[in-house]
Amino acid sequence: MSASGVALEHGHDHEHAHGAPGHHELSFIKKYVFSTDHKMIGMQFLFTTLLMMMVGGTLALGVRWQVAFPWTSMPLFGPLFAESGGQISPEFYTMLFTMHATVMIFLVIIPVLAGAFGNFLIPLMIGADDMAFPVLNMLSYWFMIPAIGCFALSFYFGGAAAGWTAYPLLADLRAAAPSSGSAQTFWLMGVTFVGVSSMMGSVNYMTTIINMRAPGMTLFRMPLTIWAMLITAILQAFALPVLTAAGFMQLFDRLDFGGPLEGIHTVFFIPSGLVVNNADPTVGGGQPLLWQHLFWFYSHPAVYIMLLPAMGMVSDMLACMCRKPVFGYKPMVFSMSAIAGLGFIVWGHHMFISGMNPALGMTFMLSTIMIALPSAVKVFNWIGTIWGGRLQFNTVTLNCAAFISMFIVGGLSGIFMAAVPVDIYFHDTYMIVAHFHYIVFGTTLFGVFGAIQFWYPKMFGRKMDETLGKWHFLLSFVGFNGAFFPMHMLGIAGFPRRYADPYIHPYLEHLMPLNQFITVSAIIMGFGQFFLLYNFGTSWFRGEKVGRNPWGANGLEWFAPSPPGHGNFDIPPVCYRGPYEYSNPNHPDEDHWMQTDPPKGKKKPEGDAGAHS
Amino acid sequence: MRKFWCGFFIFWPIAAIIYSAVSPQFNWWFPGPSVTELGQRIDNLFYLILIIVTAVFIGTQVALGYCLWRASHNKEERAWFTHGSHNLEVIWSVVPSVILLFLALYQMDVWALYRVQSFFPKEAREAPVAEVTARQFEWRIRYPGLDEHGVPKKLHLKPQPDDLYTVNDLHVPIGRPVMINLRSDDVQHSFFLPHLRIKQDAIPGQIIPIWFKPERPGNFDLACAELCGWGHYKMRAQLIVEREVEFQAYLQKLRADQNYDGHATPSAVAKKDE
Repeated sequence: MSASGVALEHGHDHEHAHGAPGHHELSFIKKYVFSTDHKMIGMQFLFTTLLMMMVGGTLALGVRWQVAFPWTSMPLFGPLFAESGGQISPEFYTMLFTMHATVMIFLVIIPVLAGAFGNFLIPLMIGADDMAFPVLNMLSYWFMIPAIGCFALSFYFGGAAAGWTAYPLLADLRAAAPSSGSAQTFWLMGVTFVGVSSMMGSVNYMTTIINMRAPGMTLFRMPLTIWAMLITAILQAFALPVLTAAGFMQLFDRLDFGGPLEGIHTVFFIPSGLVVNNADPTVGGGQPLLWQHLFWFYSHPAVYIMLLPAMGMVSDMLACMCRKPVFGYKPMVFSMSAIAGLGFIVWGHHMFISGMNPALGMTFMLSTIMIALPSAVKVFNWIGTIWGGRLQFNTVTLNCAAFISMFIVGGLSGIFMAAVPVDIYFHDTYMIVAHFHYIVFGTTLFGVFGAIQFWYPKMFGRKMDETLGKWHFLLSFVGFNGAFFPMHMLGIAGFPRRYADPYIHPYLEHLMPLNQFITVSAIIMGFGQFFLLYNFGTSWFRGEKVGRNPWGANGLEWFAPSPPGHGNFDIPPVCYRGPYEYSNPNHPDEDHWMQTDPPKGKKKPEGDAGAHS
Repeated sequence: MRKFWCGFFIFWPIAAIIYSAVSPQFNWWFPGPSVTELGQRIDNLFYLILIIVTAVFIGTQVALGYCLWRASHNKEERAWFTHGSHNLEVIWSVVPSVILLFLALYQMDVWALYRVQSFFPKEAREAPVAEVTARQFEWRIRYPGLDEHGVPKKLHLKPQPDDLYTVNDLHVPIGRPVMINLRSDDVQHSFFLPHLRIKQDAIPGQIIPIWFKPERPGNFDLACAELCGWGHYKMRAQLIVEREVEFQAYLQKLRADQNYDGHATPSAVAKKDE
């Protein structure tokens, strides 16, 4: 602790920054429900996403149960659909994996990164008192609620069952699937609401990061988390409108009011002359491939929206836990930018076998394989960061190490799918299921688990329990690898995705025991998450109380009280150096050197601190 | 505790490697060698990538485990203060980019042979054997009719009155390149022949040619690989690869069955076969 830091600890009894803009006692509703405080909004996002993670996980267990023990009644959850004897019907199965992906992607991964941590960390890390547009920020959370409502209505009407990719014509024609009526329409509206929510966040993050940095916080003094959030926000701003437009196109294709109004009946994705389920032949002229192009033009960059913030946060946590600067700060920034840039020209690798022009397959293969390069550079730099550090194995470190280890697997397995000829065989098999779960679960969620443990003291002023954290990590890691590593082998055996009962195909019969092992692992992983919830909930009241900077970290957020009051900082922070000056020989007093510590010879802000207290 | 965790991060990659190495023995691997030569080349590309990927996997995981060990057992008072190394960044950017570029370019010709029509064998391109139309939830197969000598006519894009129809059983001759026109009647499907390493989506409103040259007789699974509705999993069908004479006889039988008016004894050809 520097002298100024010590003075702050005692000089201030946490709570509100006096003189911060808009400081007055707020009503319960304004403070906890319709709050415009970025920290409260971030925590609202965090609670919502943790809840949704359990919902999405339950749906996944339903999927896994059916694949491992087809047509047997599901234990525990079976009574919820008792009319079928707890048995998962093929329609229900199709709905389960569609809604699992929808919930996990749109209501967990994207909002937990950008919504929860983006909101909580951006103003604190750049030294701002709040977001640039606090009301917009509040709306960004409250637009999630109608989205959740729409997805719930979709459940009520039988559940969308065209996959989360909603490929036409399965998603486009009402006759094509049993629940393709209102369920799919509400699903589309849900996705649109999520998109609006993300877009509001994105505009806000960009403005805040560009305009509201503390004095001295130059772009290259920003922590990598902030760089990642900025790049993510740019990705969202440019990619999302395409999905929203495509969503409306599909909605217009589908809308049917009945009666004299009939409907809109555009045919963007519907060719003519199709006879689906003995309905009248379609009148069309549309092109189903158009949807795939539009959808993946958003959804591929979305993969990086689901990954980059975690990369940034892990870089910050790792540097702190190793007491060592991030290895290659600028290469880290440039590689993230490269991933984002290349991310816009690789969407076609989802469509290698879709029937698009084969020449496109070649160009998309080249760009896709080259995106492995910045990813590799990042891995080398993380390992370089650990090299020569002074590491402590706590829950944060473990989750960060798992993040790197899992990202290596997910990155490498991606090369098989990027190579077009090999992808012919692996496309839509469990190989791809293994690959993207290693990225969005293995990588992103382990990063998020670490981040929850790391920033929890800043959110609540208390630490989370280490023993419970380690048990949670162990169960998640073992369960995760037990569930997803064998899926690579299923993929090599040609096991297709989204099959309610794969074992009617002779070449898949012998894979049932392996699938049962996977399901048992998935159940272990699922129950492991209760450790996280329990730890999260009880630490709120029972956790060890901590001061401003429990980890001895450098960022501006650790300069604010824990938890920060309305307006964040009791003393306006000034940034004097980069975020990773750990173990700097020019600063022998302590092994970290906060961004706010003035260099020797400069006036220390103790006078200011006195004035405030 | 730190020994346990270091061991943990070293142990899991070893377990993963051992597990992958024994997988072929448990049949958790390709469903047999490819039936086509092109599929064999796809397998070879897979093994090439597998070797590179395994080397990188071992290298990076060992580096990670070793760094964790070193860092957690660091006896220095302070961590090593460094912001990085320009030379290292150059090395670990250039070396992977060369390997990746090689990998990408090395794939091109197999892809061209598989998918670019001007690279298809001429005989296959000029005389498609059959048209396969996917629909919820079956595969409809249309062969061209036979002329007076029993030789298959040219397959027209539009159905002809003497075309031969069957469902879920795709017969093809062995040893010569055959081309199939793939279509869909309703939603999107995907024509997946795992033993031949072939997969192609069927798009409504589009006709997509696929070719292959089966080298081994037998019955092989044909499955749908693109979600097409609740019955996606049950689009089970088979590809029957047989000798040229058997294939011709099959077409004759198909014609006789199709022309059977309920009075005469069913096809003389079928009798001969028995």
